This record gives sequence, C-alpha cells and structure tokens, in this order.
Amino acid sequence: MGSPLTLFQKVWNEHLVTQQPDAPGILFIDLHLVHEVTSPQAFTSLRARGLVVRRPDRTIATVDHGVPTLPSKDGTVEGRLAWADELCRKQIAQLEENAKTFGIRAYGPSSTNNGIVHVIAPEMGLTQPGMTIVCGDSHTSTHGAFGALAFGIGTSEVEHVLATQCLLQHQPKTMEVRIEGKLAKGVTAKDIILALIAKIGVSGGIGYVLEYCGSAIRALSMEERMTICNMSIEAGARAGMIAPDEVTYDYIKGREYAPKGAEWDKALAYWKTLPTDDGAAYDHSVTLDASSLEPMITFGTNPGMGIPVSGKIPTAAAFTDESQKAGLEKSLAYMGLDAGSSLLGHPINVVFIGSCTNGRLSDLQEAASIMRGRKVADGVRALVVPGSQQVKRQAEAEGLDIIFKNAGAEWREAGCSMCIAMNGDQIAPGEYAVSTSNRNFEGRQGKGGRTLLASPLTAAAAAVTGCVTDVRTMLES
Amino acid sequence: MEPIKTITSRAISLPMDDIDTDQIIPARFLKVTDKAGLAANLFSDWRYNADGSPKPEFLLNQSAAQGAHILFTGNNFGCGSSREHAPWALTGFGFNAVVALSFGDIFRNNSLKNGLLPIQVDAATHQRLKDLLDEVPRSEWNIDLEAQTLNTPDGESVHFEIDAFSKTCLVQGSDELGYLISFADQVKEYEVSHHKGVTT
Repeated sequence: MGSPLTLFQKVWNEHLVTQQPDAPGILFIDLHLVHEVTSPQAFTSLRARGLVVRRPDRTIATVDHGVPTLPSKDGTVEGRLAWADELCRKQIAQLEENAKTFGIRAYGPSSTNNGIVHVIAPEMGLTQPGMTIVCGDSHTSTHGAFGALAFGIGTSEVEHVLATQCLLQHQPKTMEVRIEGKLAKGVTAKDIILALIAKIGVSGGIGYVLEYCGSAIRALSMEERMTICNMSIEAGARAGMIAPDEVTYDYIKGREYAPKGAEWDKALAYWKTLPTDDGAAYDHSVTLDASSLEPMITFGTNPGMGIPVSGKIPTAAAFTDESQKAGLEKSLAYMGLDAGSSLLGHPINVVFIGSCTNGRLSDLQEAASIMRGRKVADGVRALVVPGSQQVKRQAEAEGLDIIFKNAGAEWREAGCSMCIAMNGDQIAPGEYAVSTSNRNFEGRQGKGGRTLLASPLTAAAAAVTGCVTDVRTMLES
Repeated sequence: MEPIKTITSRAISLPMDDIDTDQIIPARFLKVTDKAGLAANLFSDWRYNADGSPKPEFLLNQSAAQGAHILFTGNNFGCGSSREHAPWALTGFGFNAVVALSFGDIFRNNSLKNGLLPIQVDAATHQRLKDLLDEVPRSEWNIDLEAQTLNTPDGESVHFEIDAFSKTCLVQGSDELGYLISFADQVKEYEVSHHKGVTT
C-alpha cells in the first residue's frame, strides 16, 4: 500500500508517460476538445510541418464562440450563419475543413449536438472521471466536476496535443477547498464560486489544482458542480476537480458515449478508486461556510470583486495594499459605481442568461421559475441562450421557451453568445448587464459595457424588476 | 522562434494588477486565422478612442514605448482567457520580456512558447523596480537569460527563476513540439497499457 493520494495525484500519475530530469512531465491526454477560435493557427502549423492528428478518435470539434444565436433566416443552417460576419463565417468554415481533412468528429452548426464545447462534451457522455481533458479555452476546468483533470491550453499546446496526444506539464500543487453546510433558499452554486473567488482572489489559485469537497459540494447536482469547476480559472487555478460519486455515475450512465455493459462495470470500478484517500496531504487548504452565503453579485472588473447582494461595495479603506486600492478605484470608475454604496436597486439595461457557466437546463429552469408569469421590465433587454442544441430541445420540451418569450425575453440558438461577445450579441458602451457568465472584465461583453456577474436566479430577478434585486424577496415561501 | 540570450532595452510600466487577456487583446480581434497583425490591436480599448484615434495619455502611444522590449507590470498579468493571441500581440509590438509579481498560468505557458520571457519577481524587488521606473522613466534594463539575472542601472542585479527546460528552449530558440515528438515510441507504449476507462 503506497502513501495516500489526492484525486489529482491519482489522475496525474495515471497519465504521466514519462518524467525526464530537468524537464516537465509528458502527460497523455484522453480527450481533446477543439473549437473554431483557438485552433486555426495550430492546424496551419501542423500542415506546414507535414504532421497528422495522432488520435482523431480522441479529438472532438465544435463551433461555439462565433456562431450567431439569432434564429435562422429561412430555417436552414446557412440561414443561421448568414447572421455572422465574414471573419466568423471563415473561422467556422475553416474548422469544418480542418476537421474533415484530419478525420476529426465535428459538431458543426448543422449538428443537432452543436453547442458550447463545455456543455456538449458532458451531455454526450464524453467527459468521464479520471480523464485528462484539454481544450484551447480556459473554461475547460468545467469538466473537473466529473473528477477529470481538465484545463485550458494555448494554441501552441493545441498543436502539441493534435500532433502527439501529449502535453508538457509541470506538476501543479493541490489546494483543498472544503465547503460545508447547507445553502439557504435562493443561494446557488454560482454564489458559492463567486464567494470563494471573492475570498481567495483572482490570483489565489495560481499554481494550484483546486479540489472542491465537503457536504455542500456533495449535495450539488452535476450541472451545479460544473458551474463551480467552470470558474476555477477565475481564481487563477490550473484546474478544479470534484471527486466522482453516485451523482456523477447517475449523470453519465446511458449517455451516448458512456461506457456500456461490461465496459461500464470496468469503468465504474476504476472511477471508484479515484476519490482522495484518507490522510492524503494537500499543499494548501481553504474553507467556506455554505450556510452563511447570500446570493452574490460582482461590482468590479474582475470576478473576485464580488459582494453579497445585500452588502456594500468596499471602500479603499478595506485594503492595505496601494495597488489594490488603485485597482478598486480604476474598476469603480469604469463601472460608474460608488465605493461604499449598495447595488440593490441599481438600474440595469441587459440581462444575459447562458454560457458554459450557467447555460444548462437547470440554469434555465431556475431563471424560468422567476420569469414565469412576470414580464421583463420596460427598457430591459433579456437574452436567454441555451448552452447547446440539446439543452434547447430539453428546455422547449418543458415549455421554458414559452415562459421566457411570454415574459418578453429573447429565446436564442445555442452558443457562447454575450459571454464573449464575438458573434454580434453584445451590450452597448455604458450599459449595465447582469450576466450569468464568468467574466466581468472591462469590455468583455461589448466595448465599454459593464458586467455584473450573478446566478441565473439573480439575473432573472433583475430582468423582471429592471434593477439589481435580492431574489430571495421574490421566492415563494 | 528567435533565440533569446540577453535583452537590453528601456522598460516601460503598466503597473496595475490583474491585467487580463481581454485587455491585452479584446475578443473581437480573435476572429483571425493567422497570427499576423495583432500588435495593432494590443491593448486596443485602453489605447484608442471610439473614433479610432490614439489616446495620447496611454503608454503604448508614447514615444517611450516605441522600440521597448521590456514591459513592467503588477500581479497576475495575463489572467483570464487562454488566448495565445495575447503573447502574439505583445511580441508583435516588440516585447520580449514581461516583468511581473505573478502571471496567469496559461498566459505564462503561452509566452514561453513565443519568445516572450515571463520574469516573476518578489514583492520587495517589484517595489524597488517600480520606484526606479517612477524616478527614471525609460530606464534601461538588461536581462541575461543564461545567467538568469535582471540588471538595472542602479547597479542592482536580481536573480529570477525559470525552469531549466523553458530556459533551454528560449536560449536555443527551439520549440517544444520537437521534444515531444521524440518520445513517440514511449507514448505508443503508454497507449497500449493505458487504463481503458474512456470511450470516445
């Protein structure tokens, strides 16, 4: 019996092909997800070097960042792409061409499984415990919810994985994030992760893989766990992981690419060996009390600048560090907000419900629970964008689309949409958006736009009231 | 990739913390299928007015920035998105080194693959360098990668850490893919024995 290991260490050890002296480890990658924005230059370089994709069977492509979410002009895929600008259309066409040339399975705009890369891989059962998963996208950390080691990479590394199915990696450190207690009504997974990032800061996770554990995590569904792991990168972490359990296995079982029959039994037996052993040591530990949390909302220009919705925006006095004081001042100037003030009642212009953070069925169900029988406030534009075509079909089967449309919200096709604002969905300079996405950086949702990050519940509440609202006041008792 | 042994240049300063890659190169400029031309949009939203005219007060529009190879900045530089367009835009503008308190993880990896040397310094050194640039803007620094030192005109020399592998790649101007490919046989061997817990 060896020494006790963490979940991360087990997955790392299993995938280490070799570790040469004075060099990073060579890590085998089980699943490589590819999208249209960060892959073109990698394929070009691959061609220039005369290389092929080593494991097309372990490579999956989709288009999500630049695809229009407006309904097709004539019911056809071409009619949908007609909304895209020329550059986006070229990137999408190039991805499809690259996938064809190199024998990669692609879920293009015409696929019924098209959607945001971090939504479609789990829903098709491709994301499984114990895997190594990479993608040229920082929110690859999402897949860690299944007990996979999953992280974002750059385009050079996309090329490395295409060519060799391996990556050079220095072993990161491990951080235990223990979250105990029961969430109060109206407080969600999004609030947990926003509270954590507010606590440890946007650089608090640099160099670490976070492992979320504790009773509050165990009580979450897979979709909620994905929301948590998704934003690990916003704390600067390499990845976030959650040990698999019955909730994980139940989610995966029966999905298109889930193991079947004897393969399932074999996989399950392996997955059950993955959770962190008793007595395993982490390099660092933090705790968070879930029962004390409120709905969270951000006021600034990074995801760590979050407060409980009933709280006040901090003043410079809260910081000792001069550069943090300057950061706060710069952020508030951009946001047009005052230090020491409350956000409650602050008027907003746009609500965005969607993204790889909160664009899954349960997110839409939560938003619909607030919008049902209510109307989007005058002058507010509310956009609901399902994370995938599958999520869209599920939502429509439940009639959620009708609830949103009756409320006066726009019901869109799947894609990244206003989270990254590359596809034409964007906010105007100076506008305030309450957004269920993951980044409130300056200009992230449109040049000059101001983003307040929050949960689907809080976003839906803002949509119908027209201002920042404590959703708990709107919940049925 | 051009080999880097020494960099001698004035350093210019954007001393704020948490500069994310959306600021370095906003997402609307990621619709390209090659690496060329990104420098024109480096820090676009801080650099240009709505009408496209340069903001004279922004660092990159000042004469000191022209020909500068060293960027000095705060904590957590390059946080956020994984876009390699960020180092492509920075090197396109002429930067070969960024000196910071810390770096976003993916940005750091991306930089090392593009001839952009990320130099992390401790808080005391960072403060000294900041003071130095406040006192003597455009001060000329020297970076000796082989010796792993950052030398400033006040006569101070700071040792910085870089892993041996990345250093060799930068000094030789070699890329990592060749190294990875040289392990093809071991990868093949690994694939045979690798736990088949996945069906893709």
